[in-house]
Amino acid sequence: MEEINALFSGFAIAMTPFNLLLMLIGVTLGVIIGVLPGLGGANGIAILLPLTFTMPPTSAIIMLSCIYWGALFGGAITSVLFNIPGEPWSVATTFDGYPMARNGKAGEALTAAFTSSFVGAFFAIVMITFLAPLVAKFALQFGPPEFFSVYLLTFCSFVGMNKGSPFKTISAMMLGFALATVGMDTVTGQLRLTFGNPELMRGFDFLIAVIGLFGIGEILLSMEEGLAFQGAAAKIRGKVVLETWKQLPKYWATSLRSCLIGCWMGITPGGATPASFMAYGVAKRVSKDGDKFGTGKMEGIVAPETAAHAAGTAALLPMLSLGIPGSPTAAVLLGGLLIWGLQPGPLLFVEKPDFVWGLIASMYLGNLAGLFVVLTCVPLFASILRIPFSIIAPVIIVICAVGAYTVHNATFDVWLMLGFGVLGYIFKKLDYPMAPMVLALVLGDRAEDSFRQSMLFSQGSLDIFFSNYLVATITSIALLLLFWPLIGKLIGKKKADTA
Amino acid sequence: MSEKTNNSNEDSVISVRVMDIIAALLFLAVGLTVMIGSLKLGASWGSDGPEAGYFPFYISLIIMLSSSVTLYQAAIVDKEKKAESFVSRESFKQVMAVLLPAIVFVLGVQLIGIYVSSVFYIAIFMVWLGKYPIWKAIVVSVGVSAALYLMFEFWFQVPLPHGSWFNPLEFFGVN
Repeated sequence: MEEINALFSGFAIAMTPFNLLLMLIGVTLGVIIGVLPGLGGANGIAILLPLTFTMPPTSAIIMLSCIYWGALFGGAITSVLFNIPGEPWSVATTFDGYPMARNGKAGEALTAAFTSSFVGAFFAIVMITFLAPLVAKFALQFGPPEFFSVYLLTFCSFVGMNKGSPFKTISAMMLGFALATVGMDTVTGQLRLTFGNPELMRGFDFLIAVIGLFGIGEILLSMEEGLAFQGAAAKIRGKVVLETWKQLPKYWATSLRSCLIGCWMGITPGGATPASFMAYGVAKRVSKDGDKFGTGKMEGIVAPETAAHAAGTAALLPMLSLGIPGSPTAAVLLGGLLIWGLQPGPLLFVEKPDFVWGLIASMYLGNLAGLFVVLTCVPLFASILRIPFSIIAPVIIVICAVGAYTVHNATFDVWLMLGFGVLGYIFKKLDYPMAPMVLALVLGDRAEDSFRQSMLFSQGSLDIFFSNYLVATITSIALLLLFWPLIGKLIGKKKADTA
Repeated sequence: MSEKTNNSNEDSVISVRVMDIIAALLFLAVGLTVMIGSLKLGASWGSDGPEAGYFPFYISLIIMLSSSVTLYQAAIVDKEKKAESFVSRESFKQVMAVLLPAIVFVLGVQLIGIYVSSVFYIAIFMVWLGKYPIWKAIVVSVGVSAALYLMFEFWFQVPLPHGSWFNPLEFFGVN
């Protein structure tokens, strides 16, 4: 009850006309940032942070967190319409979102994505409101071995879940890991695998890989069949939103499951990216139409979007209650808090209750404002697909180049993007899965760090991944998934023998 | 549109099987490079824990193992894939029609900056492949570049490349 009272006083703070206006401005700016490749939530907030220095801290954090919600919504737009995921957690949304847009259902796909994001975020906010102290305590139990086993689980689920050759999946994934190791080694400070090339010192950023693999690769594939761009004739009406909403309750189980996966991965250090992939994989396994995933199933959008946003939102919980940012964007927000002289951590709840509960209340309102802004614009977004391919193709390539450049302000990265584009084209035609490679590139450093730290604890013994019930369970499930193609074959053979 | 073109009747540039073999060989080469690089860094257990090359060494080992299996499958097991076409001559031409100008565009980004290269690239693409009248191409390409300029240089204060060899925007007083 205490929480509810505090929350209501929070609403009173967040609902001033000035703060409501800031919410709308924040969400709109966020959507623009999310749509522009190369300007993710973290960068966007960092760039716009100075704008908020003159505001009172509560208003400032309301605006910044609304930019974050807007960016999360905006990321789904390019994923669905152009197969260009602006953020790593939007990658799984492209699997079914883009085929849906191609089938003329861009409006439905966008509505499903936005609504699911909202549901996921909302679930996580309710959880933050009521479970904050309890769950933060659980997350404290996580040490390096647990971190690594969560990563291992995510990676192994790719091998178990993929229909194609498990060896191609492993090759692609390991290429991602290898690319992630290039550059400065964070532990020893040594330069790794740069072979004397100063441009490689920065390493390979996942954003450049993603823009090339998905954005450029897709344009090359589309060109194979001439200049036609399917989905261009999609009929977009305002009614689409309501019609899609009628279908969505069918997927309540997928939604709930993805909310739970997302919250768990958000609070524990897994983060939004593994959460989205894991929710997609689980939905694919559990669904009756699992085989049709990847061809434009709405369920394939609901699962990753819900989980990613539940995780993204839940990541704010350890930031507020422990002072440990759960995501890069949370880290930038944390930087903002420090600038305003606020020290995140357990004491924040006691010393600045106005601020904490104002922020939590703004999360409810900001997400609602975000949903309102993006849904009213669905016809506008979807009509982008009506632009002929011979205009949209060069414009997409230009935007991809801008995105690749802005990551590190380097033209070398634009060349890399082109290289990744060709790689994406070849990978897709040879059935090498790209998602595990991108995920390995994103999580490679963190997975390696937790592996190294675990190895240091155990003096090189792998037993540490079975040293307590928590880590042993996660590792065992991971190994089961890794060898699933083999186990599945053996079971199938046994069945055939007995039949 | 992303389905594979498996029509063996078409004039094929290269078969799926050959392409699979090439890809597996490239993976092996990458694996070997990473392995050599990580051995140079030190891939064993140092005095203060795992050395810098420890993790990449095992990564390279897994790449080499898994791509060897793929190579074996493509070269020995999948002999019937010989006829399957990776890309037909016609499709290959189409892909090159996008890829080659894109390479020229990226070169342009480096030499004369992104704004002017984008104007040329979008306009030429529209006139050449889309058969648009020149005035429309110019309106769209200049419009897109101007929008990018306003958004990035002014609004978000993120400078985009103006050209390392020659900055055409200098004519308009922009450095």
